[in-house]
Amino acid sequence: MDIAGKLNAVLRRIPAPTVYIVGAIYAAWQFWLALNQIGPYLAEPINILERAYGEVALILLVVGLLVTPLRKWTGVNLMKFRRAIGVTAFFFVLAHFLVFAILDVQSIGRVWTEIVKRPYVTIGMASFLMLIPLAVTSNNRSVRKLGGATWRKLHKLTYPAAVFGAVHYLWLVKGFQMEPIVYLVVILGLLSLRLKWNPARVAP
Amino acid sequence: MAYRWTNDLTQADVTPKAAYLNRRQILAGTIGLGAIGLAGRANAQDLEPNTLEEITSYNNFYEFGTGKSDPAQNAHQLVTSPWSIKVDGMVDNPGDYALDDLLAGLSVEDRLYRFRCVEAWSMVVPWNGIELADILNKVGVQSGAKYVAFETVVQPENMIGVQRRVLDFPYVEGLRLDEAMHPLTIMATGIYDEPLANQNGAPIRLVVPWKYGFKSIKSIVRITLTDQEPPISWNVANAREYGFYSNVNPTVDHPRWSQATERRIGGGLFASRQDTLMFNGYPEVASLYEGMDLSVDF
Repeated sequence: MDIAGKLNAVLRRIPAPTVYIVGAIYAAWQFWLALNQIGPYLAEPINILERAYGEVALILLVVGLLVTPLRKWTGVNLMKFRRAIGVTAFFFVLAHFLVFAILDVQSIGRVWTEIVKRPYVTIGMASFLMLIPLAVTSNNRSVRKLGGATWRKLHKLTYPAAVFGAVHYLWLVKGFQMEPIVYLVVILGLLSLRLKWNPARVAP
Repeated sequence: MAYRWTNDLTQADVTPKAAYLNRRQILAGTIGLGAIGLAGRANAQDLEPNTLEEITSYNNFYEFGTGKSDPAQNAHQLVTSPWSIKVDGMVDNPGDYALDDLLAGLSVEDRLYRFRCVEAWSMVVPWNGIELADILNKVGVQSGAKYVAFETVVQPENMIGVQRRVLDFPYVEGLRLDEAMHPLTIMATGIYDEPLANQNGAPIRLVVPWKYGFKSIKSIVRITLTDQEPPISWNVANAREYGFYSNVNPTVDHPRWSQATERRIGGGLFASRQDTLMFNGYPEVASLYEGMDLSVDF
């Protein structure tokens, strides 16, 4: 059996909700480190925790976008985890937002000012809002209710949400920093692959 | 005849120390009683300094990486001995000074200062340093000089962030001469009576407590007196966001975030924001900027 096949055999034995459990444990662990000001959280836990949750969200959005190309190129099948990956990404965005609103900015008035006045917050907020309907409809009942085609169309919102998330990151850093650029390039790359695969777009 | 007037105030009505110290500070700033140094120290008395651990673990020193803990992790590679500083431009005694020679005979003072980063966090740091004015007087500032320019060391093999071109290294900074000569402006060589940690800008750095932290350039290898406003790294990188003066000013926001409040490092996960003070709580420097529109010259 090839490597992809062996990997798939292992993956088949892992239940999809594992993603939620690992995500929740990681989020709680980081919160605990921040609360006790351990390691990178020693001096200033709020900003570091905000960044940590935001970055995990971005990573999960990238992983979610990677599922289809990975199957095409390598045969490794992560499809059954994809919904859990997406929903977990949403929860990290939510956690990121809550740390920003409650621990960092600390008042509803200032949260609103930041959203309206700071373009990088506006675009991050837009990304968050786009993910809400996706999280809400991430269950079989919604798929049946909306119908597969509509549901898939709706869930294409992950594309702009991921791009906005990466732009949000790029926009908030100071100076010329590589990391956010890498995220944006990877996300745009993964999206451009999809353009080619869509027969409706290839055919004139 | 004594006791003609009876005081009806009690101990409870005594003006809090912090308030009267502030008032004296304002007097010193506006009338120029020459008590500026005293006011600077007095003002510091109600400040609770951050721990050395906090001060040495949360830093911006992009030559060692952009993460807050990168400098603490990577700065040990910096070679700080021997260290010499090139003093050039409009000075009477230019030259390459060994650090000890440049500072010989000058007194190191304790200065407990607020330190406000442009990213809206702050610390309180017990610096040990020498007034920059003393150093400048020692090398002899020529009459036409209007600005002081500073440059940070570049050791590409020891500074892993230098190759990443986050900024155009070497890092450069500058002050107007009157800012540089102000008694609050120091060249720090230590914190808590210990030599500066590399991540804090060893062996010698500028500290200008009423300006955003990035003005307080680290690990200085060159001081140049000039009659032209010198380029400063963050302004070169993004002129819209970072001005030459970069005085702490709660009424002028950074284009991407508010400067009205700040978070004091060390308060933990539930630390409250506190109001940012004009000139970071050093109003005695206000006279330096009389007649200037600080929203234009930010």
